[in-house]
Amino acid sequence: MTLHMPPVLTYALRRLIQAVPVVILIMIGTFLLLKLAPGDTVDALVGDMGGADAAFIARLRAEYGLDQPVWVQLWRYMVKLASFDFGWSFVYEQPVATVLMDRLGTTLLLMATSLSIAFTAGIALGAIAARRAYSATDNLISILGLVFYATPSFFLSLMLMLVFSVKLGWLPVGGIKTIAAFYTGWDHVWDVARHLIMPTAALSLIYLAFYLRLMRASVMEVADLDYVRTARAKGAREGRLMTHHIMRNALLPVVTLLGLQFSTVLGGSIVVETIFTLPGLGQLAYQSVVQRDMNTLMGIIFLCAIIVVVVNFLTDLLYARLDSRIELA
Amino acid sequence: MTLTMKQVGLTLAMTGALSSVAFAATAQEEVQKGGTAVIHMISEQRILNPGLRASTGVYNITGKIMEPLIDKSYEGYEPVLATEWSGSDDGLTITLKLREGVKWHDGEDFTCDDVAFSAIELWKGLLNYSSALQANLESVDCPDPHTAVFNYSKPMPIELFVAAMPDLGHPVPKHLYEGTDILKNEYNTAPVGTGPFKFVEYERGQYVLAEKNDDYWREGFPYLDRIVWRFIKDKSAAAAALEAGEVHESGFIGVSMADIERLSEDDRFDVGTQGYENNVAHSTVEFNHRNPILADVKVRQAMYHGLDIDYAIDTIMRGFAKPGRGPVPSAGGINYTDEVPTYPYDPELAKQLLDEAGYPVQDDGYRFHLRHRPAPWGEYTQLWAEYYAQAMKEIDIDVEILTNDAPGFLNGVYRDHDFDTANGWHQFRSDPAVSTMVWLRSGQPEGTPWTNQFGWQSDEIDQMIDDAASELDVEKRAGMYHEIQARAMEELPVIFAIEHPFISVTSKKLHNHHNPPRWNSSSWYDLWLEQ
Repeated sequence: MTLHMPPVLTYALRRLIQAVPVVILIMIGTFLLLKLAPGDTVDALVGDMGGADAAFIARLRAEYGLDQPVWVQLWRYMVKLASFDFGWSFVYEQPVATVLMDRLGTTLLLMATSLSIAFTAGIALGAIAARRAYSATDNLISILGLVFYATPSFFLSLMLMLVFSVKLGWLPVGGIKTIAAFYTGWDHVWDVARHLIMPTAALSLIYLAFYLRLMRASVMEVADLDYVRTARAKGAREGRLMTHHIMRNALLPVVTLLGLQFSTVLGGSIVVETIFTLPGLGQLAYQSVVQRDMNTLMGIIFLCAIIVVVVNFLTDLLYARLDSRIELA
Repeated sequence: MTLTMKQVGLTLAMTGALSSVAFAATAQEEVQKGGTAVIHMISEQRILNPGLRASTGVYNITGKIMEPLIDKSYEGYEPVLATEWSGSDDGLTITLKLREGVKWHDGEDFTCDDVAFSAIELWKGLLNYSSALQANLESVDCPDPHTAVFNYSKPMPIELFVAAMPDLGHPVPKHLYEGTDILKNEYNTAPVGTGPFKFVEYERGQYVLAEKNDDYWREGFPYLDRIVWRFIKDKSAAAAALEAGEVHESGFIGVSMADIERLSEDDRFDVGTQGYENNVAHSTVEFNHRNPILADVKVRQAMYHGLDIDYAIDTIMRGFAKPGRGPVPSAGGINYTDEVPTYPYDPELAKQLLDEAGYPVQDDGYRFHLRHRPAPWGEYTQLWAEYYAQAMKEIDIDVEILTNDAPGFLNGVYRDHDFDTANGWHQFRSDPAVSTMVWLRSGQPEGTPWTNQFGWQSDEIDQMIDDAASELDVEKRAGMYHEIQARAMEELPVIFAIEHPFISVTSKKLHNHHNPPRWNSSSWYDLWLEQ
């Protein structure tokens, strides 16, 4: 079989087959782990309601199938999952698939924008800092990076909010759009963009610090290697040296980090989503734990597991592209 | 025996510290129509059917869309969908006259059929708290479309019935619910009611939107065009939204106490407890009486003497509270008394009582050790737990705090009894029979949250609770509750340490706010916004 397929496809197929037991193990493990937490979703619902009587509680438990033994619940869940049925969220009173899809857009938009900005700006600043190592420019960039790195995201978010919403009144405090304004077309796009400025800034500044520091270290290391000296001796100009010889090799560890962080994209950012009331997956995951909303939480974990597998695969492909010595095997 | 509203109505005059926060006088100002009021919600209930979920978090939204039969004002009980009510002498039937010419938002008439269906299928069958209240409801007859007759197998005091109706008396439209799986009915999250506002949309985790009902039965109302409820979980972000003018009101202590204190000095806002008289809660200390040390009443009394309640009120509740006087709060009207034994702060006396009870200080410096579970119901409960642990240390009792989330707390205390002491928030719901008595009455089903799962039993008090629940004479019934309060303060099965209404922060742009004693749950037909 392998003879007729291009090596990339063979590689992809093998990775896919390896992924199936991993995902199944993750699902079973998570299910059991969640069952170890005290209480179930009925307790959480009743806690939110401010109390209920015994008959009400027993009826809800039977309704949700929580009166069954754990193994029965696990079996029922896994059978459903095999046909990609995520089940019903008792907390949201909607199918889990609907709950997830509602949130996916916001999270993807927020995370993809933040990561792209952070990645681009991070490697640019990191490279500049490294080329002018120990100069005033480098010091300024490094200090900024350190400040962003050390600032907790909740603090940064609240400070942005205090300055731009409360004091200056330029940007909306939170949410994804102006409710009851009924914008359409470009007005709607502009409205959503305005709502995303602060959360994106808060998130990307923190990620930016990671890329900046890593890129700076990586460029400085590569710049001292023999082949860079050789290239320079051949008469390559600084610009060419940077783009062809240094950057390409220095990017490897940065891409690794990007891959790692992209894997967590679906997890969103609990803190930033909560503070800016963005209806994303991070907030949903956190709420699902607190509410013991098993079906929703398992749905999120399933999605995340898939994404991790896919992104790992793509990262490996990218490695091979950046460094021809790496082979797909 | 026919009781008028006036007789059963409770005069809810606010006293002392609670009334010190004055609200702007709005009566003379000219009403402005239109506008969108934006309301902050700290928690999201997701079910929007008050006939299925009895919770202020539900009423806060649905109160504007679906109306109860009877509501409560500062003057007494107010007719809404029911215009008159009376009980028979034997207490076995209650007759309601229903308002004529009221239409559901989909255009159908509101009639007795809706009330009968809701009472039997939802209030008796499915609604939390109500299923206990309506346990003896046999049937509801409809002699004509605007008369409903409730038949009970055991006497139902009309006072109790009426007191429960504002919360537990929301009819649902029969034509949308009959023959469906009520729990899964789509209208549970897209309510159809008779109220001044019509449901428009619900975006999970974000907001609920309702718009003006042009065919509302109160002529000329409502004033507002729209109401938006925004779910903001982060308290600091909610305070920022208030300050930026994006949100007009935040209720049920939706921002941190530090922000409440700060905003109360900001002249753009009204901050206070008015409008929560009907939603008073107790901060408690609950005992596990299975622990032989705590089973000794002398120990419990000593611990009460060790608590500086006034200090806790000033520092934790910033003065927005009063010392508790047993299971009925001062807002409980006729059923409340303050002639009960009290336990003033006196650590020396506390130590002496503990010595007498046979618990002297041991070699490790403590008399005994307790494991304490605080409920995660917000700022008050956490801080109250910390204060309690600190105060007990003063009288040489070591308290270890076990922090947990909501399911962890409910299971740890009510089902597994894995605690020595616990503290939570417990809301009083208009009448002791449908609220705080379940904390004292023994024989509650095993593991039921917010009931007596403390291993405490008194046949005498059980009997008194049962007698009071079916007593038809209002004065006599009140006398019985006074006696229960006094006994509860003597025996201290639970310390009802502090009673506190909730606190709202309201923009001064809103007018006619917090005018009934359950304002956040009421219909807001007269609320208007300055533009």
